[in-house]
Amino acid sequence: MDRSPAANPPYRLPPPLFNARCRACWFSAALALLVVASFWSLNLQWAQFLSLDAARSMGRFGAEFFPPDTSPEFLRKVAVGTWETLAMSALGTVLAAAGGLLLALPASRLHADDSAPGRGATRLLLNALRAIPELVWAGLLLIAAGLGPFSGTLALALHTTGVLGRLFAEALENAPPGPAAALRAQGVRKTAVFLYATLPQVLPQLLSYTLYRWENNIRAAAVLGVVGAGGLGQLLSFHMGLFHMGKTATVLGAMLLLVAAVDALSYGARRWMTR
Amino acid sequence: MELAPRAPLKAPVTAPDRDPAWLARVFWLGASLVLLWPLMVATEFRPWILVEPANLKVTGQFLATFLPPAHSPEFLAMVARESWRTVAIATAGMTLALVIALPLTLLSTRALSVSALSGRMARGPFWLRQAVRGLLIVLRSVPELVWALVFVRVVGLGPTSGVLAIALTYGGMLGKVYGEILESGDVHATQTLLRNGSSRLQAFFFGLLPQNAAELTSYTVYRWECAIRSSVVLGFVGAGGLGQEMDNSMKMFHGGEVFTMLAVFVALVALADRVSAGLRKSLG
Repeated sequence: MDRSPAANPPYRLPPPLFNARCRACWFSAALALLVVASFWSLNLQWAQFLSLDAARSMGRFGAEFFPPDTSPEFLRKVAVGTWETLAMSALGTVLAAAGGLLLALPASRLHADDSAPGRGATRLLLNALRAIPELVWAGLLLIAAGLGPFSGTLALALHTTGVLGRLFAEALENAPPGPAAALRAQGVRKTAVFLYATLPQVLPQLLSYTLYRWENNIRAAAVLGVVGAGGLGQLLSFHMGLFHMGKTATVLGAMLLLVAAVDALSYGARRWMTR
Repeated sequence: MELAPRAPLKAPVTAPDRDPAWLARVFWLGASLVLLWPLMVATEFRPWILVEPANLKVTGQFLATFLPPAHSPEFLAMVARESWRTVAIATAGMTLALVIALPLTLLSTRALSVSALSGRMARGPFWLRQAVRGLLIVLRSVPELVWALVFVRVVGLGPTSGVLAIALTYGGMLGKVYGEILESGDVHATQTLLRNGSSRLQAFFFGLLPQNAAELTSYTVYRWECAIRSSVVLGFVGAGGLGQEMDNSMKMFHGGEVFTMLAVFVALVALADRVSAGLRKSLG
């Protein structure tokens, strides 16, 4: 006797929600645990934030920003601060590009026979430079270089050296090896091989990395002054500390304008270059 | 018949010893120094003050206290606690940033517009989307440090200010980039769903999200890594965590403690880097 086939396709249970072999499940569980543990361990004071009191003091704080101080002498001071911020970011980036290129050479294996003895050590140094944020560098440098834009510039340069050095090293290692090999086979010296074969190939890439970092550094330089390292941030923390709210509002406005201008410029430039 | 005198044999060609373009290189180096001069004036760029005897003495004293690094059990326990707080501030901030970014992304993405299916988007939805984009830009362009300064002033020191600062700035960033990712992909499947009468949310969950899930996740993980770095920085203005302890130790010239915390911090960042690289790789 034959069994008639089921009218419906074989009934199957949906896959279980949690399966011990499913890596994504373990990962999601760990993530949920991390989030819950974070909120639980921080004992955030939402009550204080969402209370009527906080709303009122927030409102008062916001109202004090108006009217912003627009007296000519203060505007001149803000303009000087803005120029200082721009100069810090530009000089810091130039120094970092030079330092990054210098460190990228020992950090990269330029051809297959290159033993690159300092590669590991230099990469470790670059990682350490990169891991420490600009603001921490600025805090450390204040001790050696004193208050002012000089320590801010050095701090930007140090952090960006780490970032650019690593990117440059990757670019150098990924450059097509043909031209350099041809020159080396002719017995050309190392510096000349680098200057005439490797560098011209990667130069556009290095420049675009550097410009990208400059854009980041303008934003960073605007707030670096909060620890006393010059630029708009120093004006901001100074006037906020003294509760000069009108002046603080002007500085904040200048900061936002600067960031927006940089964003618009880089967006326009990218559109123009990829057109 | 006489043969013409033969030309003398040329000397074998060898690579020149000097760099043939050295003059141009020196010129451009000099020119860029001249161009950089006003910047150096503006930033008070005087490297020699680093080696002035008075400064050198202070720096030397500070550096000398770096060794041995502080390693008493109480101190190490404190460092472990504060490192966890740093990670927790970053994670909580990212969670709230997602809560801000997801609805705003859904509101602002053009791929989910019903009226745009037939020609131009209607005026109302168009301006709504522009307004949401404007809000995202404002959130994003205030640096998190400035948000933190404001919150610390209003409600006092503590991790709440740090969490909120990260949430607001990163919410803006995530919202903008999510929108770009969703619009840059192929919207054909989504539009087909919408044309056949599915709701916007259905079109999102069954069309847009599966297509872009890997890219969205990998960007989120990358931002989490950045949030850890900025939560240390926020500690410097009083939002708690490793940054605040580092600031205190620096101000008291306790070099050994600074050294230990810097080392822990570098290790923490390297670990986050490794985790995020591994995750992004497995997402493909």
